[in-house]
Amino acid sequence: MVYKLTRKNILEAMNKGTRLDLRGPLDQRPIEVRFGVSKNAEGSVIVKCGKTEVACGIKMGVSTPYTDHEAEGTMMTAMELLPLASANFEYGQPSIESVEIARVIDRGIRESGFIDFKKLCIKEGEKVWSVYIDLATLNDDGNLIDVGALAAVLALMTARFPEYDEKTETVKFGEFTDKKLPLNEDKLPLTVTMFKIGNNIFVDPTREEEDSAEARLTMEISKPESQKTEMINAMQKGGEAPLAVEEIEKMVDEATKIFKKLKTLVDEELEKARKGDKKSKKDKKE
Amino acid sequence: MTKEEKSLYTKRFDGRKFEELREISAKVGVVPNADGSAIFAQGDTIAIASVFGPKIFHPKNQQNPEKGVLRVHYGMLSFSVTERVKPGISRRSQEINQVTEWALTPVVMLEELPGTVVDVHINILQANAGTRCAGINAAALALAHAGIPMREMVSAVAIGKMDKTIVSDVTKEEEDYEDGEGATDIPMAYLPNSEKVTLLQLDGKIQPEKFKEALLAGKEACKKIAEIQKKALKESE
Repeated sequence: MVYKLTRKNILEAMNKGTRLDLRGPLDQRPIEVRFGVSKNAEGSVIVKCGKTEVACGIKMGVSTPYTDHEAEGTMMTAMELLPLASANFEYGQPSIESVEIARVIDRGIRESGFIDFKKLCIKEGEKVWSVYIDLATLNDDGNLIDVGALAAVLALMTARFPEYDEKTETVKFGEFTDKKLPLNEDKLPLTVTMFKIGNNIFVDPTREEEDSAEARLTMEISKPESQKTEMINAMQKGGEAPLAVEEIEKMVDEATKIFKKLKTLVDEELEKARKGDKKSKKDKKE
Repeated sequence: MTKEEKSLYTKRFDGRKFEELREISAKVGVVPNADGSAIFAQGDTIAIASVFGPKIFHPKNQQNPEKGVLRVHYGMLSFSVTERVKPGISRRSQEINQVTEWALTPVVMLEELPGTVVDVHINILQANAGTRCAGINAAALALAHAGIPMREMVSAVAIGKMDKTIVSDVTKEEEDYEDGEGATDIPMAYLPNSEKVTLLQLDGKIQPEKFKEALLAGKEACKKIAEIQKKALKESE
């Protein structure tokens, strides 16, 4: 919900090429990443983007595979819009917003081929690893799809398998191996949502901007080594306003540019995490 | 097509031309109890839609005094697919409800119907890919048949990319294609008069430039479907 006057102010600013917080339409808010926020998770991270803050934890389990993919592991994505994070979120059945966010993030990761599901097979047709990607909002100020999707891939990148007892065929929770998840790192997908208000397109909305927008188009993009150009792995149009073909084309082009910027940021954060990891191991030995 | 771009998918499984749609049959007035209804079959995918309303929205606190509310309920019948689906609401069906509402709402003149709700029920009788699109096509017909004021028709189709080939109206067999770049599925809905897109989803792997080609293929396919929908409405009179 957004006041009509707020919406009017947002639209007027956008028409002048600026925003209420003085960003340009295609500028993102600063992003901060903190890894290892829960020691008991196989991988965890908190991503802050402006005032929006999303936590992601990876948990693993062993389950039976789907009958149409007997030699592949499984994955499940959930997004909790915690009442802790906003007066607009309530307890009870997951809202359609939370279902949609989780499903869109899930599709991008699945379709990009980022996770090598075949390597998550323990015994064909009987036992496979399941990867649970659980997202939760800690503070909501808009753009939950993009921030959530970023948290999910970062958490996956740092996750480690738990110990598995071959005799009893059970997971020893709380005991971790050094083994990383089977990921095709060159296919790492990143998510960019473009929003439309009036005749303007913009990214990374605050909550007020997001609620003022007439439509949005989420794109999940990757740049596999085998491809000359970026690849779009998933898309979702949201909101009631129709989009013209030319608008969609422009959104695709701008999203591809933002993907490149975001990719640099992700590489830097992961590099920092790797260095930190080595340092903390060294500290332990000393 | 340059030599480099040669696609592995040179012939469609069912022998159709790349831009050719499956055989379509459409009929309105199939559910006598409903205010409006339609059946829409796109090859082996069959959707039935019925419309109840406009009626007073209960509970009253959910009424909108400025405009009516369009509510979509999509469901696959348990026996519509090879492996039984559990009846009832799933995360998938919730998402389809939402995107279908977004696809249909722009054409329904809800500002003429304040305080009311229009319920659209879509059920899939037989599924062979493209069920949300067939559902939208059936729902648009059912809304028109119910006499709900509408600005224009909505038509939907699933465009696919099989390896490097763009095809219109994909089948389940095509959805599962794995050679080369595999299959990309792009369901879209289009307003043929105002030339705008109201549903757009995608999953798979596609280059941005190829995606633009797919958008145009979708536009052309939807125009053809709109003609069939209009014919079905005229035949009912």
